Amino acid sequence: MSVRYTVPHQRIPTLKEFAIRWLRRQLEWREFCALTDVSLRVAHGEAVAIIGRNGAGKTTLLKVIARVLRPGTGSVTTHGRLVPLLELGAGFDPELSGRENVFLNGALLGQSHKYMAKRFDDIVEFAELGEFIDAPLRTYSTGMVARLGFAIATDVEPEILLLDEVLSVGDVGFQQKCVERMDRFRRQGVTFILVSHSLAMVRELCQRSVWIEGGRVVADGPSAEITAAFEAHVSGEASSHDPVAGARVPA
Amino acid sequence: MNGSLVRAAREVAQYRSLLWTLVARDVKVRYKRSVLGVLWTMLNPLLMMIVFSIVFARVFRFSIEHFTIYFLSAYVLWNFMSQTTSWSTACLLAYAPLIRKVYVPKAIFIIATVLSGLVNLVVSLVPLALLMLFLDHPFHGVLLFVPVAIVIATMFSLGVSFLLAGVCIEFNDVVQIYNALLLAWMYLTPIVYPIDVVPEQFRWLILANPMYAIVETFRAPIYQGVMPDLSIVMRSLAWSVGLLGFGWFVFERRVDRIAYLV
Repeated sequence: MSVRYTVPHQRIPTLKEFAIRWLRRQLEWREFCALTDVSLRVAHGEAVAIIGRNGAGKTTLLKVIARVLRPGTGSVTTHGRLVPLLELGAGFDPELSGRENVFLNGALLGQSHKYMAKRFDDIVEFAELGEFIDAPLRTYSTGMVARLGFAIATDVEPEILLLDEVLSVGDVGFQQKCVERMDRFRRQGVTFILVSHSLAMVRELCQRSVWIEGGRVVADGPSAEITAAFEAHVSGEASSHDPVAGARVPA
Repeated sequence: MNGSLVRAAREVAQYRSLLWTLVARDVKVRYKRSVLGVLWTMLNPLLMMIVFSIVFARVFRFSIEHFTIYFLSAYVLWNFMSQTTSWSTACLLAYAPLIRKVYVPKAIFIIATVLSGLVNLVVSLVPLALLMLFLDHPFHGVLLFVPVAIVIATMFSLGVSFLLAGVCIEFNDVVQIYNALLLAWMYLTPIVYPIDVVPEQFRWLILANPMYAIVETFRAPIYQGVMPDLSIVMRSLAWSVGLLGFGWFVFERRVDRIAYLV
């Protein structure tokens, strides 16, 4: 897939302002490229990590793959059921109970009520929510919301799973369970695309890594090599940025 | 134009379980935290009716038999249209957290908003029916035509909502502009007054108003107990089908920008 798109930088919030600026011919369209000429091909069953610094465009790339954002130029083609986990708790309604949220979330993923009813017990068990499932979601802890979100997303049998920094939540026991489930998926041939700042996790879960910088692909290859190069780059930059304030001698 | 609409409609059908979930949630959330719950939906038209009956039947002395029925039968329908369309101006923003994280056909949010207003309309038919019983207003067999009129009004509201939602996400002052227009629009629709009080030279203004035809289609079987004029039915049908097609088409063309804007 090849993706390139631009986001309008400045926004005119009201029709009035738009009309005034239009009359004064002050309409500017500055654009900001969050991703430029990104082209990736991910094979069925591959586990790919996307690494890079904050603001490099990792999350944007996942959003484009998840069809949340439409690229300005280029296109994305996916084959199979795609389940995005861009942020835990996305699509949850705090006013509704955990039970109602399971069905709401299932519906958001395009699943029928009947299907979710069948999977319901498994989901609650995996999320370790017990009797809390009937309490309103706003009473849940962050960890509980995260567990429920992960349980639902991974229970609908994804064929392509998009994960954005979501494995770092939950306690150690739950993280272990997540990793186990991911391992099972990998054996079943589920395709993963994962964004993570934890390079250790990237090396453990993904054989391939894509390094993004400033919206462009810098490097793409085996995780061990790419993460090492990325680490060297980041630490190299940190040391070259030594403060030069000492050079300024007071008069 | 047809291709993109068919694709959009098919996608909505795929996500119908989400549609029902959203409608149910809308209705539930609306009533959950209020003591009177569903009663509010019935009370609002009743209160409005009392005010308008006094103002228009007493002060302006329109000589309309069963004025309350004349007014209320049009008012509940108007209320449905004005409520759903003005909710729609805000609905994409209300669902912004979702739109930023998950892919969902955006038309779903508009349709769910209008359908949850439809639930309100059906509920508000209860006080109307009670009032008809109470005032000894006759019930006729042509009441069976009322659902058809409701379908027409729903399509019209959807069309307006689609048009508005796409624009409002870009310019948020359109919401205020529209609400002001709604008020003017209401007084340009013969809801509280009969059409014959309008001077001849302004009559065309009323006749060009799609809501006039739609309101009459709904009111005739309830108030007069007759089928609405075929010409009126055809006109309201043409307006609502045309606007639904056009509005949805425009909406789908803008839809890609929505996730960037919310």
